[in-house]
Amino acid sequence: MSFAWAKPYEPTSPFMKWMDQRLPVPRLVYGAIGGGYPVPRNLNYFWNFGVLAGLALMIQIITGIVLAMHYYSFTGGAFDSVERIMRDVPAGWVLRYVHQNGASFFFAIVYIHIFRGLYYGSYKAPREMVWLLGLVIYLLMMATAFMGYVLPWGQMSYWGAQVITGFFSAIPVVGEPLRVFILGGYAPDQAALTRFFSLHYLLPFVIAGVTILKIWALHIPGSSNPTGVDVKNEKDTLPFHPFYTAKDGFGIGVALIIFALVVYFFPYSLGHPDNYIEANPLVTPAHIVPEWYFWPFYAILRAFTVDFILPAKLWGVLAMFGSILLLFFLTWLDRSPIRSTSYRPVYKIFFWILVVDIMILGLCGVMPAEQPWIALSQICASYYFAHFLIILPLVSKFEKPRPLPNSISESVLHGEKDESRPYGLAPSGSTTAPQPAE
Amino acid sequence: MVRIIGFFVGAGFVFVLLWSLVVNGVDYFRNPPEHAAYYYFHKDPREAELPSDGMMGKFDRQQLQRGFQVYKEVCAACHGLKYVSFYQLTDLGYSDAEVKAIANQWATEVPSVNPDTGEAATRKALVSDRFPSPYPNETAARAANNNAYPPDLSLITEARHDGANYVYSLLTGYADANTYRNAEGKPVPNDAKPPQGLHFNPYFANLNIAMPAPLVSDGQVTYADGTKATKDQMAKDVAAFLVWTAEPTLEARHRAGWAVLIFLLVATVLAYMAYRNIWATAKRQVAVRGPLDPAFRERMDEAKADSGIAG
Repeated sequence: MSFAWAKPYEPTSPFMKWMDQRLPVPRLVYGAIGGGYPVPRNLNYFWNFGVLAGLALMIQIITGIVLAMHYYSFTGGAFDSVERIMRDVPAGWVLRYVHQNGASFFFAIVYIHIFRGLYYGSYKAPREMVWLLGLVIYLLMMATAFMGYVLPWGQMSYWGAQVITGFFSAIPVVGEPLRVFILGGYAPDQAALTRFFSLHYLLPFVIAGVTILKIWALHIPGSSNPTGVDVKNEKDTLPFHPFYTAKDGFGIGVALIIFALVVYFFPYSLGHPDNYIEANPLVTPAHIVPEWYFWPFYAILRAFTVDFILPAKLWGVLAMFGSILLLFFLTWLDRSPIRSTSYRPVYKIFFWILVVDIMILGLCGVMPAEQPWIALSQICASYYFAHFLIILPLVSKFEKPRPLPNSISESVLHGEKDESRPYGLAPSGSTTAPQPAE
Repeated sequence: MVRIIGFFVGAGFVFVLLWSLVVNGVDYFRNPPEHAAYYYFHKDPREAELPSDGMMGKFDRQQLQRGFQVYKEVCAACHGLKYVSFYQLTDLGYSDAEVKAIANQWATEVPSVNPDTGEAATRKALVSDRFPSPYPNETAARAANNNAYPPDLSLITEARHDGANYVYSLLTGYADANTYRNAEGKPVPNDAKPPQGLHFNPYFANLNIAMPAPLVSDGQVTYADGTKATKDQMAKDVAAFLVWTAEPTLEARHRAGWAVLIFLLVATVLAYMAYRNIWATAKRQVAVRGPLDPAFRERMDEAKADSGIAG
């Protein structure tokens, strides 16, 4: 697809030839994730996370479809039906634990994937559309995860739905009618549960659709790489299959081991115990906290405590949505032509401050709204906005980047001796490629 | 343009946040918050050290039976177990006949309908029944318990932080608020002492729990297996039993987990070796050995040609 030297698909068996002339799906797959997709040869393990995210989506869809066969979206029976899945449905507990912890697995992978994109400048030209579609997927994931969390109809489900739909009521004039429209009532009830179930079933397929668009958009410029240097010739790339399928196979193995450890031995570690209490509109939990993947945003929401022209709640909601929306403009905020942060000595410092900052925000999100957590979340939220909207544009203007390698294949050498140079590459100082030993 | 708008939006958020920081900070130092009594007196649960803990955890059937006995003779008077059926007691090592007898002799009967008149009635529990709730409804439960609602215990160890340890600590943690001292040796202030009908317990979230101490003396239950029924032992046993009611599939989970883990470890090692093998020629200039070695190929082709095998 992307490069002139990409190997075209050549069916060998008569059946595949017959198929290729009528419905060239094998050709599509070969060009997308087979030998016909040339990939930079220097990708590190952070490039495994795209495939891992696809795996997590498939796990969620498959377990979710089976769980939906046993679940009732009925306020009087939803909680019981989940317990029935856990106790009476054969292997139901595996499905439920996998699905429940699979959401965390999915988000953990996607967060690493997003930070990979931030560090290596994957949002820069010519991959802007890949980044934007990724953000669309992320927003869809957040909506799906929120609605899925409501379905067991536990205390945290109910009160989480109450709080999150409450965000809309912060919007002036139309806010409250909008909230009532979304919930189908004044508080979460049967109408809300049924529509959340319906949308929770729908949105993963929308995510799958956007994922296809995203892979399509990715394959036009091809994958980025840790140096950020463009692919120049055939030596810079390797075919996706077998090289990256093999590497992804190993990556999937490691990811599944970590996932299995959580699912089988610590399935409760990421959830909240209050969600094992059936929803009760008359009893508010002592601390309403979302799942861990929303903690940083929850901290930003709660950091705004003082009315300033606008009410504090509206500031919080604007900032929380703004904190994600600003990522859509990243391409145009960062004017540095250097993609990889490894070659940006000043920005690199701010990048790692951002990583720590978001982790502290996460901690503030789970802690009760009292000092010193409020102060800490205010400082960290300020840095979050300052980082993207003030520091990043300025740094990218004034920073002097380190010299980039001339090509991907050269960067792989790391100045090593000839005997450890990559196969098929010229020894340093020579221009002719060595041939394998005859 | 994007950068200019972005700068002002960012500066706006930062300004409001820092303004909030100053306002909250000034407020904090002017009126330092006063912590409620539970801030000083609430205790984290003690370790019950149950055999089901950890990655190798298994239930101790004898302990589950003892715990069930405590539930039956003490807890069941007020607390239901609505997600557990009598037949599941065979998991604890009871025989079918014993389970039948337990269901038949259960103190609370199961609501039903009189087949002759159609009026509401009750009948003896069957093996296939779930454990009947001790109260017909929440109002009746509250009326009988000074307006407190005894929660169903099926899921209690999952529905509380550190559930099993919490149950164990709560049952053994009752203390006299007048003589109680916290770790710093401070006595409970008068306004935090339990009002009429509540009971002081430092493991309970707000220190004052409606449930009176259920385990009052050693030997309250006479264990069928002869174990000495100290208060500590009974609390531990019933905590173990409630871990089972919350997740009867715990042992299956651990078992399956090890099988999955071993499978994945082997598969991952193989995947790693395949990855290194495939990349060996791409990443580093190495002498090719084995079936990928061109010299080996050549010899193989020659041998094939010699013996007349095609391809």
